Amino acid sequence: MLKLTEPDPAGLSLTTPTADRLLVRLSGNWKITAPLPTAFDVGKSFESNKGIRRIAFDTKRLGEWDSGLLTFLIKIFEGCSNSNIEVDKEGLPEGVRRLIELATAVPERKGARKEGKKEAFLFMVGEKAVAFCRSSLEMLDFLGEAFLAFTRLLRGQASFRRSDLTLLLQECGAEALPIVSLISILVGLILAFVGAIQLKLFGAQVYVADIVAIAMVRVMGAIMTGIIMAGRTGAAFAAQIGTMQVNEEIDALRTMGIAPVEFLLLPRVIALIIMMPLLCIYADIMGILGGLIVGMGMLDVNPIEYLNRTQECLTLTTFWIGLFHSAVFGVLVALSGCLRGMQCGRSASDVGYAATSAVVTGIISIIVATAVITFLCEVLQL
Amino acid sequence: MTGEAAIVVKNLDMGYGDFVLMRNLNFTVNRGDVFIIMGGSGCGKSTLLKILVGLKNPSRGQVLYGDTDFWSTDPDTKERIQRRFGILYQSGALWTSMTLAENIALPLEQYTQLKPGQIREVVSLKLALVGLAGFEDFYPSEISGGMKKRAGLARAMALDPDILFFDEPSAGLDPVSSRLLDELILELRESLKTTVVVVSHELASIFTIGNNSVYLDIEEKTMTASGDPRKLRENSRNPNVHRFLTRGEK
Repeated sequence: MLKLTEPDPAGLSLTTPTADRLLVRLSGNWKITAPLPTAFDVGKSFESNKGIRRIAFDTKRLGEWDSGLLTFLIKIFEGCSNSNIEVDKEGLPEGVRRLIELATAVPERKGARKEGKKEAFLFMVGEKAVAFCRSSLEMLDFLGEAFLAFTRLLRGQASFRRSDLTLLLQECGAEALPIVSLISILVGLILAFVGAIQLKLFGAQVYVADIVAIAMVRVMGAIMTGIIMAGRTGAAFAAQIGTMQVNEEIDALRTMGIAPVEFLLLPRVIALIIMMPLLCIYADIMGILGGLIVGMGMLDVNPIEYLNRTQECLTLTTFWIGLFHSAVFGVLVALSGCLRGMQCGRSASDVGYAATSAVVTGIISIIVATAVITFLCEVLQL
Repeated sequence: MTGEAAIVVKNLDMGYGDFVLMRNLNFTVNRGDVFIIMGGSGCGKSTLLKILVGLKNPSRGQVLYGDTDFWSTDPDTKERIQRRFGILYQSGALWTSMTLAENIALPLEQYTQLKPGQIREVVSLKLALVGLAGFEDFYPSEISGGMKKRAGLARAMALDPDILFFDEPSAGLDPVSSRLLDELILELRESLKTTVVVVSHELASIFTIGNNSVYLDIEEKTMTASGDPRKLRENSRNPNVHRFLTRGEK
């Protein structure tokens, strides 16, 4: 039966039976779960009585003990060693002596202890700059490997499991529909709300359909889907591949002669290239539906009239630009997730960092790509 | 104080869903025992350990700590009992975002009134006991697998638990470290009267440290032997037990 320890407090008394001998009497239970005396009192005795050359222990009244007593004694032994005071351990329980011997049996490895040092500001800036360059090189290296993997895919020589691709198509596509529906309808609602307030001033409520349709189909549907997929799928890719790094599964692929980038990246990029445009079309429809809800509910627009306006304002070019956005975003999200996963360290916290980093990289690259595509469309007058 | 029951297992069945792994387990772990749970791969040794420490429900039966039925008691009592455990997991299971010192200090900060300086001293002692003096500020990712295991043991010992559970303690350790670990287990038992429950199939270690055991037979789906493993090796008439304890050589 497990016994509850009686609260018999740890006691410490110091006497000097002879001028050069300090006797340390220990009593009560010395357990770390209760407050304990410190070695400081013994140290004060040494300082106040310089004649002490020997220390001994009386543990006749000592009750239960654990690491609390051991740490107390080790501290005293260290102090005695520094002051050249002889320690008589005879009075200590045998178990205590044996455990202390065990603790000191393996000497501290030379150089193991990390010294806390403060780095200079410029040194830290330099370190960061070097780390940034290294990370950029890794990114270029990864992109190079990804490019080679794609050339092998085009030549029909790429090695990856088709079953992985099927599973990823399901994960990236059908399983993302609920969140894409929710976000897209809400974005459509918001666009319609914002537009309606202004258009009402001119009595041009029906044009809310134009605002929602053009914004959603040209860019917003793709951007929102891209951001959702960066947060959902990009993070999942990074966490999956990062965990594979932690478990040495990537090393296992390498040593079997399977290129990890090809094996892991290709199915993910292909899955997103296929599913992102489909999700984007779906998001467009949901966004238009959100706009229709506001048009009917707030502006009293006839639904047929709303849909007619939507059909009139949309061109095939707008539609293709939206799809192009989404395909590009699919590639970027997949690359970000896989890159951060491949760069992941070997611990659980590194996996978390990789997932966060994948989302940040994905969203930033989506925004930058949007700016570039918008600029190109402007130049090409699309 | 060998003879006083620390853990009593009564009519225990364990499994996953409808699949029964082991049934009708009955054994007693006495205080101060080094109790070995042994058996072939896949027989449910680690599952039994999980049931003993409260990580998995049994299908049926009782696990008694003192007079308390662990699996039918209230959550507070269960937590109080669990606080008397120290557990070493197969991989060490160190928290990777913390240094070794922080890993060991966490239970001390949670459950003791020690001051930060005293906690540092206890941490240093625990690391020294497992041969890792000076590695306080290392992260788990910076040390080897064997060192992780030893650091995991230091963490398991942080609160000087009444009962230490070890899941495959020797796996992944070099022979010298393995022997030192065996010595430490025996020392903890002798000095602190710690009860130790070990899941293992390392015969050398089993015979060195174990004074009581249970053998889980995967074919019979129940325990087919219990007692001192050295005596079982000499006297057991069960062919599976004998084959296991002699590595199938005799």
